Amino acid sequence: MSLDLHAGFLVFALLLLALAAIPLAHTRRGPSIVYALAALIAAAAAVSAFLAAAGGTPLRVQLPLGLPSTGMRLRLDALSATFAFIVNMAATITSLYAVGYGRHEPEQGRCLPFYCLFLLGMNLVLVADDAFSFLLAWEFMSLSSWALVVVRHREEENRRAGLLYLTMASFGTLALLFAFGVLAGGAGAYAFDQIRARTLEPYAATLALVLALVGTGSKSGLVPLHAWLPPAHSAAPSHVSALMSGVMTKVAVYGFIRIVFDLLGAPEWWWGMLVLSLGGVTAVLGVLYALIQHDLKRLLAYHTVENIGIIYIGLGLALAFEAHRMTWAAALAATAALFHVFNHCVFKSLLFFGAGAVQTATGERDMEHLGGLIHRMPKTAFVFLVGCVAISALPPLNGFVSEWLTFQAILLSPDLPEWGLKFTVPAVGALLALSAALAAACFVKAFGITFLGRARTPAAERAEETDRFSLAAMFAFAALCLVAGILPGFFIDALAPAVTSMVGGRMPVQTALPWLSIVPIAESRSSYNGLLLFLFITFAACVAVYVIHQFASNAVRRAPAWDCGYPDASPATQYTAASFAQPIRRVYGTVIFRARERVEMPPPGEMRAARLTVDLRDLVWDWFYAPVVVAVTFVADLLNPLQFQTIRRYLALVFIALVSLLTVIAIWP
Amino acid sequence: MAVTPDLFVQGLEMFLVLALAPLLTGFVRVVKARLLRRRGPPLLQPYRDLARLMGKQVVLAENASWLFRVTPYVVFATTWVAAALIPTFATGLIFSWSADLIAIIALIASARFFQALAGLDIGTSFGGIGSSREMMIASLAEPAMIMIVFTLALIAGSTQLSTVSQIMASGVGLRVSLGLALVALILVAIAENARIPVDNPATHLELTMVHEAMVLEYSGRHLALIEFAAMVKLLLYISLIACVFVPWGIVKPGAEPLAYLVGLALYPVKLAAGGFLLALFETSMAKMRVFRVPEFLGIALMLGLLGTLLLFVSRGGL
Repeated sequence: MSLDLHAGFLVFALLLLALAAIPLAHTRRGPSIVYALAALIAAAAAVSAFLAAAGGTPLRVQLPLGLPSTGMRLRLDALSATFAFIVNMAATITSLYAVGYGRHEPEQGRCLPFYCLFLLGMNLVLVADDAFSFLLAWEFMSLSSWALVVVRHREEENRRAGLLYLTMASFGTLALLFAFGVLAGGAGAYAFDQIRARTLEPYAATLALVLALVGTGSKSGLVPLHAWLPPAHSAAPSHVSALMSGVMTKVAVYGFIRIVFDLLGAPEWWWGMLVLSLGGVTAVLGVLYALIQHDLKRLLAYHTVENIGIIYIGLGLALAFEAHRMTWAAALAATAALFHVFNHCVFKSLLFFGAGAVQTATGERDMEHLGGLIHRMPKTAFVFLVGCVAISALPPLNGFVSEWLTFQAILLSPDLPEWGLKFTVPAVGALLALSAALAAACFVKAFGITFLGRARTPAAERAEETDRFSLAAMFAFAALCLVAGILPGFFIDALAPAVTSMVGGRMPVQTALPWLSIVPIAESRSSYNGLLLFLFITFAACVAVYVIHQFASNAVRRAPAWDCGYPDASPATQYTAASFAQPIRRVYGTVIFRARERVEMPPPGEMRAARLTVDLRDLVWDWFYAPVVVAVTFVADLLNPLQFQTIRRYLALVFIALVSLLTVIAIWP
Repeated sequence: MAVTPDLFVQGLEMFLVLALAPLLTGFVRVVKARLLRRRGPPLLQPYRDLARLMGKQVVLAENASWLFRVTPYVVFATTWVAAALIPTFATGLIFSWSADLIAIIALIASARFFQALAGLDIGTSFGGIGSSREMMIASLAEPAMIMIVFTLALIAGSTQLSTVSQIMASGVGLRVSLGLALVALILVAIAENARIPVDNPATHLELTMVHEAMVLEYSGRHLALIEFAAMVKLLLYISLIACVFVPWGIVKPGAEPLAYLVGLALYPVKLAAGGFLLALFETSMAKMRVFRVPEFLGIALMLGLLGTLLLFVSRGGL
């Protein structure tokens, strides 16, 4: 399919659908029809992107819109086609989920049209080939997702989340605007081809890198620019949360790759170090934040921050290797990052779907009010468990493979000559391992408190299994988790064209290897075979089941729980989300969150209940955001008198400003 | 490639880890008892315990879900597969390339993940306390283990356990980073196997317990499988230490049949030595408070990181 057809089809189909959604939103079957059509459109776009990724030669179109001399240029090369495939694949399944889930939305008119526009915005970012269209599409994506964040605008908390998101998104776009300004230079060469042809001064390249990191990092949730992400992602309806967390953050990663790997030219070694360290810190802080949450969707959103950190670790390593022309190592690191992009998109969407299903069934997002849902929603519980295992990087599912590849890339880095990297890389490796282990703890908590144990509220006790569209979408993603985990070779090979366009090389072909193993460098060095491991575990489990049921007692007696002889009938005696996280909060949180626990024990004889107060501070907010808020308020107060002037004074001010500007221009050399 | 003998060796290995695991646990218990001047249980008692548990009916809590009943099989299967991938007496295992050391650690993490979930399934406070503490301990033990893997992998140029073992056997000399890795690995092994001073495998009904609290609701064949998996895990860690740090006698592929016999004879000796040292260590120490455990494992993590850093900054030197 040619690009004008791909882009044109997307623009017209999604715009028409958005328009049609306005009247359809008020009918009974309308929302389901709109979501089903969106699923079809996204599926067609995914197929077209897949063909384009396999096709090889980049597709280009130039439209007579946009900037006068540049026009609106679109381009679909291997990198953007790979991302377009991931985005549209996820959008297809998300729309399928929404066919069932979207019915429960109270105000459809606020959600449906923007959903279509949001899909369009993300797709346009991926095909933009000049700075103007890129920023336009980026802002389009931001604004349409903002509208989705404030769908449930009657809740105060959601409005605040929306305001914070809007502020941070504008800030990010501002940084990107300057980044493209630096890249394009004074002559205004805004087309990406012209930018590629330029060679930047070192200081300008550095400036562009930092601006791009801030601009895209604020959208993808890099610490310390992540503060908006958890409230915004959890405020939106669950299918939109899945898109924002699973897909939009990936579009931001695409923006980073496009600017830094493609447009900026040859990297310096310390760029890798900067990105790597930011990634490591983001990964660990993200998962620690996630661990202390007890709102299921907020926990998932914080966990997105962790996974973005892992992706940036891979990208940082790729930059460091590329700076030293170690193409094979850079290819390994870039493949690890891109594979994690795909994997995170799959399992995070799956988990958000599960959280949405739970919310629909019980009306609760707070884990402390849930429990025992595995009995009431067995299918949702099963797929949610698959997602939890995958995101905790446990074999044989997909999350493990991409983290394994990242570890293999780290093990190649002693060959890097710089001392800074020699110290940073092992430390980041330790941070990555720490975040993987903490992620497992986090998802034992998320699954265990929500689905296991006894129901903590009547709402959880009355929950019912979710509808079949939602289940179909969740099972599709769960199957993808398994397939990508046991047959990673196919996915790695499919990512090869994108990796080649990033670092100029690729990993060796994997699918030709015997038994479908993956071997990043050489078999004597490291290899992994998810398929065999899966078969091995299945075989061992079958042997155990067979032997036990052949030779051991088969009798089962149901009885009350043992609990050392002191079972308590009240579900309030179970472990809660807060108590589960308490040991970890105590180990890590005393420094990072300044966690303080206070126990108030009433004196003997008094019948008052004892109280435990936990005080947590978000140091990133305290040190990074609070001063900004104070400064902005201070400046605003200073400028406030300017708002209440007479017309004469305003005219005087305008005149003075004009004169001083002209003076500056006159004096400027 | 001569597949049949390789397949035989792999099969023997899978069988061997199962057959020897209860014996090792029994041996550790006997040595501990003797060191305390007790007579102690017979050496074969763990086998009898397992057989007796298998024969008993399962008493299942009323609100136990399917996950609770599946977990023992998952835990057993993943632990068994992980143990079968470690070269015990021969390195040429036919499937050793399917998972490297990182994957073996992740397999053990999978077993722990499911066990911790099962601890939460019934909804009792004991299960919760066990799961929550187990995950806290794991959150430090696992990165420490990954750092140890980094150290070994950088020395051997491979994360493949067979290759690591062969290179260590061919002699890499005494290195500071290897010493750090060994100490860290022992600390991690103690924590992972719930031994003193981190946890006490012999207690019940004590608020400091971790592993035993998690499996409190299990009975009958389910408990037998979980206990068996714990025994296999102990064997796994001692075999791991042996195959990396005492790799002598481990047979390379294509060796004489006699070499296989020597390897087979040496392996139980290594296990016995490891078990004896463990018992000695455990009797000479008191159990520590649960919030001292992070310090204990923090040492392991720092040692592992230090070992890796040394290798990063001095290629081939230390």
